[in-house]
Amino acid sequence: MATLTSKQLYAAKAVVFVICLLPLAYIIYAALTQSLGTDPVKSLIHQTGDWAIRLFVLTMAISPMRAWFAWGSALRFRRMLGLYTWFYTSLHLFIVTTYIFAWDWQLAKIELAERPYIFVGFAAWVLMVPLGLTSNNRAVRALRKNWARLHMLVYPALLLAWLHIAWQVRSSYFDAVLYGVLIICLLFQRFQKLQKRL
Amino acid sequence: MLIRTPSDILSSEITPESVYLKRRQFMQGIGIGATALGLGLPATGLAASEDPRKDLEFSPVVAKADNPFYTDENMPSFAQASSYNNFYEFGTDKTDPAKNAHTLTTDPWSVQVEGDVAKPGSYPLEDIMKLMTLEERIYRLRCVEAWSMVIPWVGFSLAEFIKMFGPTSNAKYVEFTTLYRRSEMKGQRSAFSVIDWPYTEGLRMDEAMHPLAFMSVGMYGKTLPNQNGAPIRLVVPWKYGFKSIKSIVKMRFTSIRPKTSWQGIAPEEYGFYANVNPEVSHPRWSQAYERRLPSSLLSPSRIKTEMFNGYGEQVAGLYKGMNLRRHY
Repeated sequence: MATLTSKQLYAAKAVVFVICLLPLAYIIYAALTQSLGTDPVKSLIHQTGDWAIRLFVLTMAISPMRAWFAWGSALRFRRMLGLYTWFYTSLHLFIVTTYIFAWDWQLAKIELAERPYIFVGFAAWVLMVPLGLTSNNRAVRALRKNWARLHMLVYPALLLAWLHIAWQVRSSYFDAVLYGVLIICLLFQRFQKLQKRL
Repeated sequence: MLIRTPSDILSSEITPESVYLKRRQFMQGIGIGATALGLGLPATGLAASEDPRKDLEFSPVVAKADNPFYTDENMPSFAQASSYNNFYEFGTDKTDPAKNAHTLTTDPWSVQVEGDVAKPGSYPLEDIMKLMTLEERIYRLRCVEAWSMVIPWVGFSLAEFIKMFGPTSNAKYVEFTTLYRRSEMKGQRSAFSVIDWPYTEGLRMDEAMHPLAFMSVGMYGKTLPNQNGAPIRLVVPWKYGFKSIKSIVKMRFTSIRPKTSWQGIAPEEYGFYANVNPEVSHPRWSQAYERRLPSSLLSPSRIKTEMFNGYGEQVAGLYKGMNLRRHY
């Protein structure tokens, strides 16, 4: 695929930026028109969680895309997708804290301790915090080599996010299998790259 | 906070019979007209747009605060109660059953009665309907997933039903089985399902004979929609919703405690009793609170869950001396 000129890149980025906002726009629209269904809380939790994992996998697919499609420009979208992943994950966490725990720290503490799937989900978000905060150019320059090292945290975050899904399997394995296969593919490509280098 | 609203919501939710019949005639008229004009509209299209539910004759519940068969708590609309269901035979999403259950044929239907009873056999539904007197019960339904709804059921007492078959003294438990019909039940064909079909549930005999235990054939004054367990289902209001098994084809009386579906899938998560208990939390959900549906984001109607779903006064005696933490 062709490398984009800076003008094209600017336009493409604007398009991706807007596309990533569409799920949020839909959620707000559905909330305002009260069309989130009979159990709007559950619906909000599922929708924000679904978009978080989708964007997470897409973010992680960027660097293999360079190899598979020889498309160098793909990398220019990674930061935005990563930040959107963090954004939808934060929204997911905010809705759970507001509607399930009702900002009752005592209850939240019990839930975190007793329910491992909630704990790993929360841990994935915690790992995203330093990544999100150091995503700007200044931090990249300041951290130099350490920036890449720090951002290796996406891998445990991704595995924790998957565990968060898999641990909730109750009646259908579909999501757990789907994201599991995608994640294995993405990790396999990196593993191959690593092997070549050695 | 529990928001109480007047019970006159009920009457507005039920379509008056005259209006219902008029609509029916109108729809049939369209059908005949379309055929006469040779438009060749597919019959299924028309059938799907027509409400297949039939009106039921029943004695309304006595609206008194001390009547355990009644509650004046806020009720969902029929549309809400029939579009938010757990019925994994038709898919695992809450909205799946309403989309997929139209494929189910509920006529003819019969219930097979087996085991320790004087009168085993296959009981056709129309015979059952002739023998039983229908009444209304307005019960709270608490799902193990920490949401709940108040539903106006129509049906008959399970105890009266069971007496018809003459259970012997050997009958200590009754096991219920849902229909297994892959061709009509999408979820049963799913490769990702964790359930070993058919779905089964069970009650201890004294639980089954309790006056609150109910067999439902309808809700909101009409026969059940398929997604709510047509044509006949159990309603046990003091237990989590998954005990209230749907579309029942078999009842087996036995001296041995039956294995239920959810126990088979995750015994540490789902016990045989499954009584609503805010103190025993489920590995996935705290049971201390529930969302009373319908809820909105501005008033999420998050309420404290009550022991035995608020039916403790009636049913606590069944479990005297039992450790309910161990027998969850």
